[in-house]
Amino acid sequence: MIRTNDVIAFGWQALKGYRSRTVLMLLAMCIGVAAVLMLTALGEGARNYVRSEFASLGTNLVIVFPGRSETTGQGMGTMMGVTPRDLTLDDAIALTRNPNVQRIAPLNVGVAEVSWQNRKREITVLGSNSELLKIRHWTMARGDFLPETDWDRASAVCVIGTKIRNEIFGAHNALGQYIRLGENRYRVIGILASEGRSIGMDVEELVIIPVSSAQSLFNTPSLFRIFIEVKSRAAIPNVIKFAEDTIRARHQGELDVTVITQDAVLATFDNILGALTYAVGGIAAISLAVAGILIMNVMLVAVSQRTSEIGLLKALGASGREIVFLILVEALLLSSLGGLIGLIIGHLGSWGIRAALPDLEAYPPGWAAISSFLIAIATGAIFSLLPASKASKLDPVMALARH
Amino acid sequence: MIKLENIHRDFEVGDQIVHALDDINLEIQQGEYLSVMGPSGSGKSTLLNLIGMLDHATSGSYYLNGKNVTELDEKQEAETRNKNIGFVFQAFHLVPRLTAAQNIELPLILAGIDPSIRKEKIDKVLEELNLTDRAHHKPDQLSGGQRQRVAIARATISEPSVLLADEPTGNLDTKSGHDVMKTLESLNDHGITLIMVTHDVALGDRSKRSIKMVDGRIESDTLS
Repeated sequence: MIRTNDVIAFGWQALKGYRSRTVLMLLAMCIGVAAVLMLTALGEGARNYVRSEFASLGTNLVIVFPGRSETTGQGMGTMMGVTPRDLTLDDAIALTRNPNVQRIAPLNVGVAEVSWQNRKREITVLGSNSELLKIRHWTMARGDFLPETDWDRASAVCVIGTKIRNEIFGAHNALGQYIRLGENRYRVIGILASEGRSIGMDVEELVIIPVSSAQSLFNTPSLFRIFIEVKSRAAIPNVIKFAEDTIRARHQGELDVTVITQDAVLATFDNILGALTYAVGGIAAISLAVAGILIMNVMLVAVSQRTSEIGLLKALGASGREIVFLILVEALLLSSLGGLIGLIIGHLGSWGIRAALPDLEAYPPGWAAISSFLIAIATGAIFSLLPASKASKLDPVMALARH
Repeated sequence: MIKLENIHRDFEVGDQIVHALDDINLEIQQGEYLSVMGPSGSGKSTLLNLIGMLDHATSGSYYLNGKNVTELDEKQEAETRNKNIGFVFQAFHLVPRLTAAQNIELPLILAGIDPSIRKEKIDKVLEELNLTDRAHHKPDQLSGGQRQRVAIARATISEPSVLLADEPTGNLDTKSGHDVMKTLESLNDHGITLIMVTHDVALGDRSKRSIKMVDGRIESDTLS
């Protein structure tokens, strides 16, 4: 019986002997594998991006917003007038009365004109309290965040983002200066660090003032959101129920707010993006199957090109099974080599994606690397079975005579 | 040692049956030098392929070294072929991507012989056939005579008892053909059974025993 080492050496020599055919098939295989890796890396990158976006929103977060989820959307435009009852500051204060609640930040959002000396621009203004900084995991570049005072006490202080600081104040020192928002003047007490990312809000372009100041600025008692940070993950369901019960009791028995967890939203995104990753991976895997069919075709041509060689091997004492073995090993060498090169190119490509899009942590997932490599080998083997069995059934007399 | 009894080999060509071998009875002793002659289509190549177990009889029995090889399965057949029979073809049938030494090595590889033993045997046969300096040349870098000598080396590397040659000089000029014949005959002198198909009368006359075939039958069997 022929030695496995010799079979591999024989296959290797055949691959070297028909160089252009070998290069062509390697190319097909490695494009397939690399495509799977890069596409799944993109999918994973998108998933990680959304995850980190949500993580920046805070941990163990429960969010209360006015209106039931089946009513109109959640954009800023809906913050007034859509729901029959406002979500008020008193509602937020009522929600603090639960031992599982770590901290609460009410939130008001509006757009106002900010001006200092002769410079002015439109800006998103948040009204909140001192807890918002910790809940949203922001950090301060300079100065302090909103002071810890009673929530319903308005005070004329503000915290600004770095971009606002640069545009309004330029080279001047911003801390301690008074900026004008609408009719009132606010003293700048702090500047937010700019590394923070947050869904729907650019931390660099914000002005934050105490929530009751915002209520008077926008002339509305209604809140846009209430953020509740829960002490532990396990307590979240308890806090959701407490929030719903409390609001219902305060709103004449009607639950006209929606209470969601950031986890629920994250899970939805996670599922969607996970499915998307599998889908693009699957589409890329089709290119592997196409590569397999190419291998089959080329091997079929190779078998008919090498008819006399196969006839000769039979005359020299190779059995049909040994011929199958030889062809199969040749195809396996080809597909595993192609797969290996594909893995390298796929990882290089993912590295390229990460270099081009640093926000996207586009690392190909392990399952994609392993399964694409295995699929490459499997298609190589499966699609060379037909040519191999065709070769093993060649009549040696005919095969040798055809020369 | 080779014994054919009532061998028939029929081919179906369209709806006609052609009797390529028609009731052949033949006995060949170890070490004989036999030429098979006859016009084309007389069945001489079919006879050679059948002795080499590349082809199978429609009916009849074939004994090789006392064993009925018509009963062997495909795998045993391949093994028997590897150990007992060497082929030399008119078209050489060297694998173009392999060197002379690698071509010669093929039967040993198929037999699963240890690489160090293989090397020894190849070196020996290369020297015997005066091919040592051609060992690492590919077939297209060799002359016709050298190619056929490489093919002979490959056919004899497993030390078979029978060497089958089908028009071994058919693609060679007179001089190279003469060299190849000398090589084959010297192997015969050392005990190998040499069976050669040829239509060249001059070549046929060199052998000790000559059979002439016509229409799938042995017409004459003469000793010189």
